[in-house]
Amino acid sequence: MNANMRPALAVVGLSTLLCGLALPLGFTGVAQLAFPAQANGSLVEREGTVIGSSLIGQGFTSERYFHPRPSATTEADSEKPGSTRAAPYNAAASAGSQAAPTSAALLQTLKERVAAEGRWPVPADAVTASASGLDPHVSPENAARQVERVAAARGLASERVRALVARHTEGREWGLFGEPRVNVLRLNLALDGLR
Amino acid sequence: MTLIGWAQIALVLACVVAAAIPLGRYMAAVAAGHVTFLAPVERAFYAAAGIDPRQGQGWRGYTLAMLATNAAGFLLLYALLRGQGGLPLNPQGFDGLTPWLAFNTAVSFVTNTNWQAYGGEAALSYLSQMAGLTVQNFLSAATGMALALAVSRAFARGGVKDLGNFWADLVRVTLYVLIPLSLLVGLAFVAMGMPQTLAPYAEATTLEGVRQVVPLGPAAFQIAIKHLGTNGGGFFNVNAAHPFEGPTALATALQIWSQQVIPFGLALTFGAIVGDIRQGRALLLVMLAYVLAGTWAVYASETGGNPLHLALGIDAVQGNMEGKELRFGQALVALFTATTTGASCGAVNAMFDSFTPLGGLVPLFLIQLGEVLPGGVGSGLYGMLVFALLAVFVAGLMVGRTPEYLGKKVQAREVKLAMLAVLVLPAVILGFTAVALVLPAAVASIPAAGPHGLSEMLYAYSSAAGNNGSAFGGVTADTPWMNVTLGIAMMLGRFAYAVPVMAIAGSLAAKPRAVGSAGSFPTHGPLFAGLLAGVILILGGLQFMPALALGPLAEHVSLLAGKTF
Repeated sequence: MNANMRPALAVVGLSTLLCGLALPLGFTGVAQLAFPAQANGSLVEREGTVIGSSLIGQGFTSERYFHPRPSATTEADSEKPGSTRAAPYNAAASAGSQAAPTSAALLQTLKERVAAEGRWPVPADAVTASASGLDPHVSPENAARQVERVAAARGLASERVRALVARHTEGREWGLFGEPRVNVLRLNLALDGLR
Repeated sequence: MTLIGWAQIALVLACVVAAAIPLGRYMAAVAAGHVTFLAPVERAFYAAAGIDPRQGQGWRGYTLAMLATNAAGFLLLYALLRGQGGLPLNPQGFDGLTPWLAFNTAVSFVTNTNWQAYGGEAALSYLSQMAGLTVQNFLSAATGMALALAVSRAFARGGVKDLGNFWADLVRVTLYVLIPLSLLVGLAFVAMGMPQTLAPYAEATTLEGVRQVVPLGPAAFQIAIKHLGTNGGGFFNVNAAHPFEGPTALATALQIWSQQVIPFGLALTFGAIVGDIRQGRALLLVMLAYVLAGTWAVYASETGGNPLHLALGIDAVQGNMEGKELRFGQALVALFTATTTGASCGAVNAMFDSFTPLGGLVPLFLIQLGEVLPGGVGSGLYGMLVFALLAVFVAGLMVGRTPEYLGKKVQAREVKLAMLAVLVLPAVILGFTAVALVLPAAVASIPAAGPHGLSEMLYAYSSAAGNNGSAFGGVTADTPWMNVTLGIAMMLGRFAYAVPVMAIAGSLAAKPRAVGSAGSFPTHGPLFAGLLAGVILILGGLQFMPALALGPLAEHVSLLAGKTF
């Protein structure tokens, strides 16, 4: 075993310098030069203030905005140390609900969300929590159901809002991969720009 | 299931196979020392280590060198995780991890498991991620590949002890395979939206005036090796489901490609090393058949949806969306799930805990089959070769001849050692799960009531022993009991398996390599492939049927009966 000590330490040490410091730091430099927007988190600014990242969902609740999917993220409960409380779209701690398919609690939650939706059938993404709790997208069907509400709250013609949703509907990548979707933050930003 | 969904699956798998063919030959050239474009760096490693790369090692020497490197890696990572609070590159000011969590995490990354009892963005400094976890992503992957090369050589050589030099194999696969691929894939990941920065977390004020902290970090490079090395430990808590870790469907497709290309390529490397590429092709086709079957099962079950939920008035068209991101679609989730568990990667792009019972059974079962479909980088190949030896042994019993594989007589010693290795997984998984189900300290970690709770615990130990790292994530993993027992399960799954396999390699290398005769059982045709697939299913899977019946299958029946817990 003693004969293996020096090679083992040397290989682990040099690998740490190479794979753990030199390469990641050099790679960071290249990434910052080649793709600065993405490398820094695809942040979105309005009038000089960072209002979020186009990749990270936000918990819009106002009637004037399109709403995202339910989110199961939590935060530390300041009143009860050691436990957590619901904090939708807490990007500092991504999480899904981890609810079992036979969970009675999940079934009850879904029942309440479906009831609040009013019109059936409800698109699944409108009532289910995403894997990350930070899903930035909703399905085009989900967005379409919110058009009347948003238009009414803003005093806009629904056609204008519907056209805006259509413009912000992204197709499958390469026409093949993934699903059609609407980025909620980008849509809501554009909404604020409508006069 | 849709046609466009299957088109996505077919295209990704076609790209995997198309790339695995040249990569397999290239890795054989690397193993032979024929690739030298980074010779000065390579020589620096050998000089610092004081070793001669041409000096061959027997199975004991090779194995001891492997264990020593892994021990050194463990100690360094443990120290780094404990001490991160006082070290630089810690913009969020995270404290060091507790001893239990640091032990679990260090074992996890050294054994290529990458089980995560912590949430990356809420617990680890940039230095820990880079100089700790990323380094072990490289070294644990290279360790598996080195062992696979040594085992392959045992079949190619005859009457010798020499299996190659561990240090040379480790350094070469790192420099010539893992690093170049990681740089290329990593850059594509940045372009697709993954962060790569040392800046602290960004603070945003949303349109509604709410403060949102956006975690950042040197993520893309680490995520590239995480998939290429079938490590699977996420930079962020929810792994490849995080919008920064899996920003687009294309990114998730590239991750699937990355976590398959080396394990599939190594099957062909094996064929090249033994001088008969058809042998590697037969192994590859068995692996691919299982991946396709697993993908189909997840895809069918998840698009079918949860009958209790659909009855509430939810549109069935999207399938089961609890715990899934919208952008990937069910097809890429199914393919990701089958490949990450078949390949011992353990990254996830959806939450298995919320899958339908049968959809969740598939990843669990693929792990329990022995992590050989195609398995982790290297470990999948040597695991597959153990099953191949057992398959020719079974065939030999049926016709009453001494079994041979690639001209090597398979005798009592090899079969005993192979069975010893194959028994590690069921013994560790079922043993620890059984104890955990009656011990109050462990039961407290189970969130779900009913049969799903059993599935969660069974999954945790299957994932640890199989060196997978994925989870039914609701389990509370960061407790002293879970951290320690899962850590032990990971070590046994890695080393108690690898050591008997290396002993087999030593024994095989010493035997002469006979020339095949008309009476030899051909091991490159469909008959052998079918036999191998059957042996994997029976030997790898049958022990787990009672446990699966009590967990996912019982839950499926409950669901159909409308019972919730």
